[in-house]
Amino acid sequence: MSIVKSVTCPICGCLCDDIELTVENNEVVKVKNGCAICESKFIGYRGEHRIKTPLMRKNGKLVPVSMNEAVHAAAEVLANSTYPILYGWSSTSSEAQRVGVELTEEVGGIMDNTAVVCHGPSILGVQEVGIPTCTLGQIRHRADLIIYWGCDPWSAHPRHLERYTSFTEGRFEKSEWKAYMQKLKAQAGQKKMQSAMRIESGRTQLRPQTCSIPGMPQTMSKDGRKLIVIDVRKTMSAEMADYYIQVEPNKDYELMQALRVLVRDGELDVDKVAGVPVEYLKQVADALVNCEFGVIFFGMGLTQTAGKFRNVEVAISLVRDLNMRTKFSIMPMRGHFNVTGANVVSAWQTGYPYGVDFSLGYPRYNPGETTCMDVLLREENDASLVIAADPGANFPKKAIENMVKHPLIVIDPHMNATSMLGDIVFPSAFVGIEVEGTAYRMDHVPLPLKKVVEPPKGILSDEEILTKILAQVKLIKSKKTAKKAEA
Amino acid sequence: MVEQKLKVTLLTGRTIEQGVGKEKGKASKEYFDACSMCYMDADDMKKLGVKNNTNILVSTPDGSVVLKAVKYPRSATPGLIYVPYGPWANAVCSDKTTSIGMPSFKGTPAEVEPAPNKQVLTIEELLKSEFGR
Ligand code: SF4
Repeated sequence: MSIVKSVTCPICGCLCDDIELTVENNEVVKVKNGCAICESKFIGYRGEHRIKTPLMRKNGKLVPVSMNEAVHAAAEVLANSTYPILYGWSSTSSEAQRVGVELTEEVGGIMDNTAVVCHGPSILGVQEVGIPTCTLGQIRHRADLIIYWGCDPWSAHPRHLERYTSFTEGRFEKSEWKAYMQKLKAQAGQKKMQSAMRIESGRTQLRPQTCSIPGMPQTMSKDGRKLIVIDVRKTMSAEMADYYIQVEPNKDYELMQALRVLVRDGELDVDKVAGVPVEYLKQVADALVNCEFGVIFFGMGLTQTAGKFRNVEVAISLVRDLNMRTKFSIMPMRGHFNVTGANVVSAWQTGYPYGVDFSLGYPRYNPGETTCMDVLLREENDASLVIAADPGANFPKKAIENMVKHPLIVIDPHMNATSMLGDIVFPSAFVGIEVEGTAYRMDHVPLPLKKVVEPPKGILSDEEILTKILAQVKLIKSKKTAKKAEA
Repeated sequence: MVEQKLKVTLLTGRTIEQGVGKEKGKASKEYFDACSMCYMDADDMKKLGVKNNTNILVSTPDGSVVLKAVKYPRSATPGLIYVPYGPWANAVCSDKTTSIGMPSFKGTPAEVEPAPNKQVLTIEELLKSEFGR
């Protein structure tokens, strides 16, 4: 039995690097410090859903084949296609992503990563107006006002609050955990009182509506770090917040513009914006202006709703306005553990962060045209390779319908929806458990991923599989060129 | 009065159960339970005569899917339904990318009706019915 310390968790953009694993007989048996999702991965990764050998679809069924056969078949598909999509890249190492860029260039395809369906719009917003940001360490030690807008860290980045924001013990700002616990106790007491009163009066009470309580919520003027959550529904994170603003769906843009007006000391001649009373917004604006160092974290609630990248652009503009009055930062809550790396690697290799088209022999980038979703919906693709992502589960139906009309190569450790739909399926080793590598945290800090156990026999890493396919593609192409020269 | 159909706004997104399920494996029971459900507002459920944990049919111009309706525990969300990311949600999501590559996963208009006699498809059945594989 051995204990491995300071393991980086290869799941979400938090990249918690304080995980402690107990390894016995080449298996992880205990996980310390991780969240529920982390535990599920480190314990469940070797479960029954693991793909054990390369598979190919023959007579409509996926059957086991040798690695050689699969590599040859995959290389043939890619070398002979004219506009293949190479998609995914977010749950693998930056080393594999680098080989991916070379492979895409070699086959003249589209290289796109999962940012296209999560923070692609954020990147577009940043390209419009720039981004004032910082590292999570800065926030942990110094931020006294935390805003989560359109995201629910408790569900998607479970340790974000505990490691980087409200519930962490920073050097200059203290954890609010105890205060939150006290608040919970007080609320439980209140609830008991209320239900006793209800039984007493025999009437059911109206459910409380957010933002309709007159006056300033007490917590807004409390000491210490403040937590504001802005969302269309009351999430678990919203329940932890000192202040929760329920915005009407698809109206984040209006709300943000209204806040910009108030932060610049302007007047609003309406009573409500996006369902939120202006009186309330004024208090929020006061809190924003009066903090010493605030930060906005935002998620899919901005990038996937009406306005998309314009929402992000205006959020950044709000932060810019706030920086005239105090210090403020903004950061997207990146999902997959190395989606930031996928953007970084793509950007330093090709000049563009995602949706890169190599069909003309040089990299081109035009979101809406060269992004894989649009290529799929226009039915221009003639083959796909999916690695370290699961569009089969996460893309709209029509896009996948078009993807499966043409040969589909999948590289993944698990039998996920895309592997089930694939024509050539490669099992791969888990990056961060069975192979080492590099990943970029959501604040662009690169962290090493550890190898803690050996992969099952015969299972290669993403990087090795891609390198094999790339070598074979080069061989096929050189043969073709030689043939042409002969003729 | 019990209504036949209800017009709502469809949101899709993360839940912690979906996160745990996806790491366990997409074919796992945990993933199925976490993703083939739909959070609804308690009053909306009453309007439709839908009980907690019974099946509903969610339809959009892009498709329809049977899901298990679960009362949203934290607040009133009238007119909103929330389906965790996954193949079930994507059977009804809008694929309009408004020319920037991003489909509209949140804020799509949808309709909900009770479907007590319809089955929620497993991931294999769903993929088979949608893509023939
Ligand atoms: S918060 Fe994210 S990175 Fe941290 S332990 Fe949980 S899943 Fe892993």
